[in-house]
Amino acid sequence: MIKVENLVKKFGPKTAVDDVSFTVEPGEILGFLGPNGAGKSTTMRMVTGFIPPTAGTVSVGGHDILDNPVEAKKAMGYLPESAPSYPDMTVLGFLRFAAEIRGLAGAEKNKAIDRVVELCFLENVIHQSVDTLSKGYRHRTCFAQSIVHDPDILVMDEPTDGLDPNQKREIRQLIRRMGEKKAIIFSTHILEEVEAVCSRAMIIDRGKVVANGTPSELSSKSELAGSVTLKVRGTGAGAIRSSLDKIDLVSKTTTVEEKDDVAWVRAFPKDQPKNGEVSAAVAETAAKENWSVVEVYTERGRLDEVFWNLTISETEEQPK
Amino acid sequence: MGNIKTIAKRELNAYFASPVAYVFIVIFLLLTGFFTFMIGRFLEANEASLNAFFMWHPWLYLFLVPAAGMRLWSEEHRQGTLELLMTMPITPWQAIVGKFAASWLFLGVALCLTFPMYITVNYLGDPDNGVIIGGYIGSFLMAGAYLAVTCLTSALTRNQVIAFIVSVVICLLLILAGWPPVTEFVNGIVDSLAPNATWIVSMVSSFSVMTHFEDFQRGVVDPRHVLFFLSVIGFSLFSTSVVLKSKRS
Ligand SMILES: Nc1ncnc2c1ncn2[C@@H]1O[C@H](COP(=O)(O)OP(=O)(O)OP(=O)(O)O)[C@@H](O)[C@H]1O
Ligand SMILES: [Mg+2]
Repeated sequence: MIKVENLVKKFGPKTAVDDVSFTVEPGEILGFLGPNGAGKSTTMRMVTGFIPPTAGTVSVGGHDILDNPVEAKKAMGYLPESAPSYPDMTVLGFLRFAAEIRGLAGAEKNKAIDRVVELCFLENVIHQSVDTLSKGYRHRTCFAQSIVHDPDILVMDEPTDGLDPNQKREIRQLIRRMGEKKAIIFSTHILEEVEAVCSRAMIIDRGKVVANGTPSELSSKSELAGSVTLKVRGTGAGAIRSSLDKIDLVSKTTTVEEKDDVAWVRAFPKDQPKNGEVSAAVAETAAKENWSVVEVYTERGRLDEVFWNLTISETEEQPK
Repeated sequence: MGNIKTIAKRELNAYFASPVAYVFIVIFLLLTGFFTFMIGRFLEANEASLNAFFMWHPWLYLFLVPAAGMRLWSEEHRQGTLELLMTMPITPWQAIVGKFAASWLFLGVALCLTFPMYITVNYLGDPDNGVIIGGYIGSFLMAGAYLAVTCLTSALTRNQVIAFIVSVVICLLLILAGWPPVTEFVNGIVDSLAPNATWIVSMVSSFSVMTHFEDFQRGVVDPRHVLFFLSVIGFSLFSTSVVLKSKRS
């Protein structure tokens, strides 16, 4: 379990992490999102004990990272952002070193190494020296290092960075599988990854947590969330909108596009709509008006829009 | 202890995984041979001792030890592996000692490979082998002191070249502190300023590796001299831990 309370990190006059608190329980995968320089890596470095916090506390598996660093680090695996490894070693040598320093020896060590070599698809490069590896393989080697001791707690800074699409998929699946029992924090710039992997996501901007919730909770903050989009052939957008505007549950309508005889209209709900209410009303109207409907769907909200709103608009409001 | 061993093993493998180790050993042996036979006139001296061999060690080490140790921490900084090392379940002190021990052992191996010198003098004459052993012990301790200084400078920078140059300068100061011209110079200054404070002169020269190495060359393993080298090592390694800590915060 990871417990972070009021974490602050200052580099000189600059505050990189500003009062961040969260907990991650076993079986949870917490995704860190945020623009470049938001403080994701800095937070992770404090959680893993690489740099000391300016203020606040971190407890990992019940051990305070400052008072009892060795015990805390034993319980944890860490994949740093740059995925470093010793270039003069072979992949096998590097993994052996990682396993030994984690206290594994003998048959147990070999078994652990075989396991991560298989999980991270390193069979082909096992005897190759690290500095001749391609970027993706180097990344996977460092990833393998972080899970060689099968830790209960994992901290991974952009684990899928530099991987090809197939590998991205594999690693995501692996993280999700591990997340059933472990407490995992990972950061990413890929929003779909958050939706695909995380049980909870945190958006960080300029050191502060600006949003925290399940991916669907976050996406429902989007303005689009709950709106109903309707595609109709053979009726003008104006006529459709004036009919839809008459529905009680609808606050406003917009024309998304009108092209080739197909009108594309979006109806936004008033306050918090109940599931399906708005779309039912829209469908009813469509049937009554006898429109030839091509498509109708409810927006679940888009994370990228939420991300954009939370991290860009503020920058514009309060320029430095 | 197990962690220190794991770190040291990795470090030692890193030496021998690259040609640098072999190049280093060859250069070390060539230079000791060159200085001993050509400049030290070992054969002409017609003495059954290794004085001509050991007298060059402070100067040889001046360049060779920083060359062997400069990568110790600067590479960790540069490759980003410091972040791995410092988030593994070990204490920084274990990492520092492990890395230092590996390098020192490596220098010890290079020193041991000069054993043909020992065989040669024993074949040609009848030397006092106690004196020779003393010289080896002193030489090894001195190498350790230089190496610890290099450890410290390489923790300060990610640039190996800077680490090398700064180490050479510091080690040179350690040598020169006891060099007669420097002693006389310090003596002159002290004389003109405070004629009674001769302790300053002896303090400055007591920081010199030369002063402490001389007795070893005579075969005397004086605990005070051993303590001197060990304190230089201890102090430098402790400073290394302070530097590494401050670099991370
Ligand atoms: N050692 C340091 N000294 C000074 N400033 C630093 C240091 N490390 C990080 N920073 C600053 O702290 C801020 C947060 O950096 P951090 O690396 O945590 O961002 P990030 O969210 O991981 O960004 P990215 O998405 O680019 O990885 C940045 O403004 C960065 O310049
Ligand atoms: Mg980062």
